[in-house]
Amino acid sequence: MPREQFHRQIEALMDSVLEMGSMVDHAVDRAIQALLDRDPVMAQAVVRDDAALNAKNFECQNDCVHLLAQQAPMARDLRLIVSVTAIMTDLERMGDHAEGIARIVLMMQDEPLVKPLIDIPIMAGHARDMSRNAVQAFVDQDINAAFLVGSADDVVDRLYDQIYQDLIQVMIGDPSTIEPSTHLLWVAHNLERIADRATNIAERTVYSATGNLPQMDVSSY
Amino acid sequence: MSEAPPTTPPTEAAPVHEGTATPRPTMSRKSVGASQRTAPDRFTPPEPPALEVRDLSVYYGKKMALSGVSMQIPVKKITALIGPSGCGKSTLLRSLNRMNDLIPGARITGAVDYHGHNLYGNSVDPVEVRRRIGMVFQKPNPFPKSIFENVAFGARVNGYKGDYNELVERSLRQAALWDEVKDDLKKSGLALSGGQQQRLCIARALAVEPEIILMDEPCSALDPIATLKIEELMRQLARDYTIVIVTHNMQQAARVSDYTGFFLAGEAAYGQLIEYGPTEEIFTTPMDPRTEDYITGRFG
Ligand SMILES: Nc1ncnc2c1ncn2[C@@H]1O[C@H](COP(=O)(O)OP(=O)(O)O)[C@@H](O)[C@H]1O
Ligand SMILES: [Mg+2]
Repeated sequence: MPREQFHRQIEALMDSVLEMGSMVDHAVDRAIQALLDRDPVMAQAVVRDDAALNAKNFECQNDCVHLLAQQAPMARDLRLIVSVTAIMTDLERMGDHAEGIARIVLMMQDEPLVKPLIDIPIMAGHARDMSRNAVQAFVDQDINAAFLVGSADDVVDRLYDQIYQDLIQVMIGDPSTIEPSTHLLWVAHNLERIADRATNIAERTVYSATGNLPQMDVSSY
Repeated sequence: MSEAPPTTPPTEAAPVHEGTATPRPTMSRKSVGASQRTAPDRFTPPEPPALEVRDLSVYYGKKMALSGVSMQIPVKKITALIGPSGCGKSTLLRSLNRMNDLIPGARITGAVDYHGHNLYGNSVDPVEVRRRIGMVFQKPNPFPKSIFENVAFGARVNGYKGDYNELVERSLRQAALWDEVKDDLKKSGLALSGGQQQRLCIARALAVEPEIILMDEPCSALDPIATLKIEELMRQLARDYTIVIVTHNMQQAARVSDYTGFFLAGEAAYGQLIEYGPTEEIFTTPMDPRTEDYITGRFG
């Protein structure tokens, strides 16, 4: 194959997406763990480590720009590189949402929980699955796997609805819980956004593989 | 990653969207106004055809060089022919103005229609064909004469009766060379730079007032700046002329052309049209995996 060097560079981009994906997954995991353990030290760490995600994103975007300039890619290669830039932006924003959750944990300090944390960890598990599966689908250029990510977003949306309704009830029952309830609502909202970004990645996967850009899920939030 | 992209549309390939009745909207290429090709090599440009190639095959002696090409060359557009060397691009180009007649042993079957007449019909004068359908070659080939005479030459041969000064100036202006040579028209054409020589050859082709200009790798002997000047010139000329360009430079085809045809000589050893379509589609979402492999450099 005449362009082996170029195709190795494209493989390296895929490695960057995988690496960024696992950094984001780790950030979400630790943010939720910090919430469950009420651990400000871990929350601080998540906030601090977001800089690494920003740096990784910038580095990878730069690699994409260089490849576009130097290799003038075509067809599938062109769609793939353009998709990598979009996906890195999505992943970077997912990292911001993890950081957002960590900041909420810091804000909550020792305030008592208004309800046991059951649905939020479940929602976090779904959002993380979606993110991991979306990144894997992209790296594998697997459109069927990508569409499965799109359908999984419904589950996250329903969980978010559920949490929202529960917290409204809690707040109506006892207005003194408004502030701590709002904190949990924000956490859930951040998770919902993470799942939406995972859906974006899945859409980009289909675009990269086929040239068509599907609209997988129009989130109601 | 190295496999061809799935050809099944994602709406069909996807699992059923659980719990939703409404179909999933898909922003397909079709929805953004692109062409709707049913097969890679079946494409009819929206513009009227300047040339219609019908089931054209070309032989050199017993050897078939090009097999069964059918394509419409749209009027006042730039059509690029790309593909690895030996796939028959020059052969096709030469058969569009009967230059193949000049090659001993060359023979064609099929037809090339021009204004409703087959160029290979019995009553057709090949010299007149070559006047209406001009050709610019890979290596600039000015005559060892003055710039003026280079441009006027074809018109003289054709017995042009008009004002030669006017004709030469107009042709040189159209070829974007006038400003550079207007004070030096007596200078030898051979004294010009490579890029200027190629524009002189274009002026010479224009001076006989053709409708169609065929260009066979017109920039392959030029430096990048001279190349970009010729490309810019081609875009200007496409307002008034139909242009067909053979290029081995894919970036050039992508930059300059409106439509692109991809040719390949497979195991059969004769060239075939593999894919034809709007240039932006060929270079972003080609239909045939062989086109994809060629333009992404996974070929050979
Ligand atoms: N004058 C000729 N005589 C015999 N064979 C020729 C001649 N010109 C081209 N061919 C053959 O026809 C095939 C197509 O050549 P050509 O049209 O020049 O391809 P391309 O322009 O795509 O490189 C090749 O196999 C080539 O060797
Ligand atoms: Mg050739």
